[in-house]
Amino acid sequence: MRILLIEDDRKLADYLRKALVEVGFAVDHLVDGREGLLTAASLDYDILIVDRMLPGLDGLGIVRTLRAAGNRTPVLFLSALGEVDDRVQGLQAGGDDYLIKPFAFSELHARLEALLRRGAADAPETRLRVADLEMDLLKREVIRAGTPIQLQPREFRLLEYLMRHAGQVVTRTMLLEQVWDYRFDPQTNIIDVHISRLRGKIDRDFDPSLLQTVRGAGYLLGVP
Amino acid sequence: MKWAGLGSGAWAELCRRAPPLRSSTFRLALLYVFLLGVSVSILLGFIYWSTAGYMDRQATATIDAEIRGLAEQYHQRGLNGLTTLIAKQVALDPKGSSVYLLVDDKLERILGNLDRWPSELPDAEGWMRFRLRERGPDQTEEHEARAQVFLLRGGLRLLVGRDVRDLEATRALIINALSWGLAITAAMALLGSWLMSASLVRRLEAINQTSWEIMEGDLSRRIRLNGSGDDFDQLAISLNRMLERIETLMTGVRQVSDNIAHDLRTPLTRMRNKLEILGAELPDAGAARTLGEEALADTDEMLATFNALLRIARIESGSRRAAFAPLNLTELVGDVAELYEPVASEREQRLEYRAFGPAWIVGDRDLLFQALTNLVDNAIKYTHSRGDITLSVGSDGLRARVVVADNGPGIPSRLRELVFRRFFRGDGSRSTPGNGLGLSLVHAVAQLHHATIDLSDNQPGLRVTLSFGLGKAAIDGRVTPRRS
Repeated sequence: MRILLIEDDRKLADYLRKALVEVGFAVDHLVDGREGLLTAASLDYDILIVDRMLPGLDGLGIVRTLRAAGNRTPVLFLSALGEVDDRVQGLQAGGDDYLIKPFAFSELHARLEALLRRGAADAPETRLRVADLEMDLLKREVIRAGTPIQLQPREFRLLEYLMRHAGQVVTRTMLLEQVWDYRFDPQTNIIDVHISRLRGKIDRDFDPSLLQTVRGAGYLLGVP
Repeated sequence: MKWAGLGSGAWAELCRRAPPLRSSTFRLALLYVFLLGVSVSILLGFIYWSTAGYMDRQATATIDAEIRGLAEQYHQRGLNGLTTLIAKQVALDPKGSSVYLLVDDKLERILGNLDRWPSELPDAEGWMRFRLRERGPDQTEEHEARAQVFLLRGGLRLLVGRDVRDLEATRALIINALSWGLAITAAMALLGSWLMSASLVRRLEAINQTSWEIMEGDLSRRIRLNGSGDDFDQLAISLNRMLERIETLMTGVRQVSDNIAHDLRTPLTRMRNKLEILGAELPDAGAARTLGEEALADTDEMLATFNALLRIARIESGSRRAAFAPLNLTELVGDVAELYEPVASEREQRLEYRAFGPAWIVGDRDLLFQALTNLVDNAIKYTHSRGDITLSVGSDGLRARVVVADNGPGIPSRLRELVFRRFFRGDGSRSTPGNGLGLSLVHAVAQLHHATIDLSDNQPGLRVTLSFGLGKAAIDGRVTPRRS
């Protein structure tokens, strides 16, 4: 997987490059906005990580130009501008996700994985499957090892999101944003409680456990 | 207990105007009216005294002249001359203003145009005041007369006087005129001072109102000048300069603390990332791993505190109103209840959600959600297991209300004002996790939405009521949710 990182904070960029290489990405790094746009347009990357404020051309400009030229490469904005407006601007310009600085690397990693997966599976699915766990999106049914499982609507959405991102780490913030549709900081680990409830329904009576907790990062649904 | 300046309700209650009768300007005006009244009375009294006194002296002088004439006759021609002169005078003008009466020692009338000797006694100087009765064609008139009395030889007594009815009438006229003058002056002064104090009160009220708005948290407010450059404008200019200075200082302080939070956040995040990498390198079990995980948790806690501080600062600066949109509080509260229900049931608490119809307001749904989760989080955290937590939401057509009630230990009334301060932690909460910023954030969010927060006793427990003004959308009926 090739990533183009356009970021003018060299300290952050160095760290990100090292960390991203560590988790298996190939990373190119550029500082200047205009140079970044040219490179992104001419070479084939799997994902772009773009800072909002850059010398030469700002991040919004880069993404707008790329989208206007028909380039559909997933873009994740990095920015210190954390207001709702800024986020909306970023998404309207054609960004696929928006991460506010400073951020935990695990958060960035999880979001990159989610973006890459989204790029791969654009076709609408009607059935999701992870090991012996099956979800019918039309009938709103969940079956594990042939046994139907009753889920509350929110639990269904939670499981759906986890199954769509099976094998990837999903952070708590991502779940709050995607499943509950609210951006906020819970004071307690409410998500853990919901996960353990879900686990009670899909994992307790079955083997192996599919829903795992990744320490310091989030959760992962998949065969261990 | 209402929270100062949180919303229009508390506002109106707190800034209930002082009744005009109690305003100092009106009292000052009354004092002015009183002093003016006294001086006008003195002036009018002097005018009265000098005009009425002058006429009085005129009357006395006329009587004196007459007496001098009669005395001359008496000295030159004796009693006969005197009676002849009196008879002549009476015959000349029987109903005139001069009054004569000559009586013998038994007070029997001898001569004159008076029927009988008046019963009044003369004073030491021989002056006598009495009522003169005059028979008219159909009624008897009475008016005042004034006379000098003399004792003549042979026990005869002579009364020489004057009917002073004109004097009396003029005096009454003067008194009447002067009373009217006094009354009109007093009325004008009263009206003038009322108008003057009303305009002063209005200008003071403007200053007062601005002060309230500033106390409400809007430091950018300034007192309006009326452009006349008068002393009120001067006062307003001085106050505005002072406010400018305070705002600069406050912003400075806030910026410093925000900058600290902001600047420390970056290295802390870097440290967190390094700890994470380090953790992955460490063997799965053992003391080093545990320490690493603890360090990671501590860093997360610090980051959470800084983030909360920065968020409060950003909310308080008011810039987040950009994300305001019509939203149904009932839906939002329902989501909060749904999100927290498993947490409550894990603690064997009952979380009840009661909705009384839709409650549309205009606001920032993420911030409101954050504020409500903070309240519910607190309720769950501080209520014993098997406790009851109730979340109710509804609108009465005027305001939308959200109530978070629990039957936990509650907050003593003396602390209720303090809990919204940053980093405030009650005695009982020191042992529970938290950074003391949760309620500060609720306060900031409420303020941003012009909502009031009311903390009350749930007997037992705490009852937090958030009261919002209804959104324009609810009134217009044009309702468009922001996010699908």
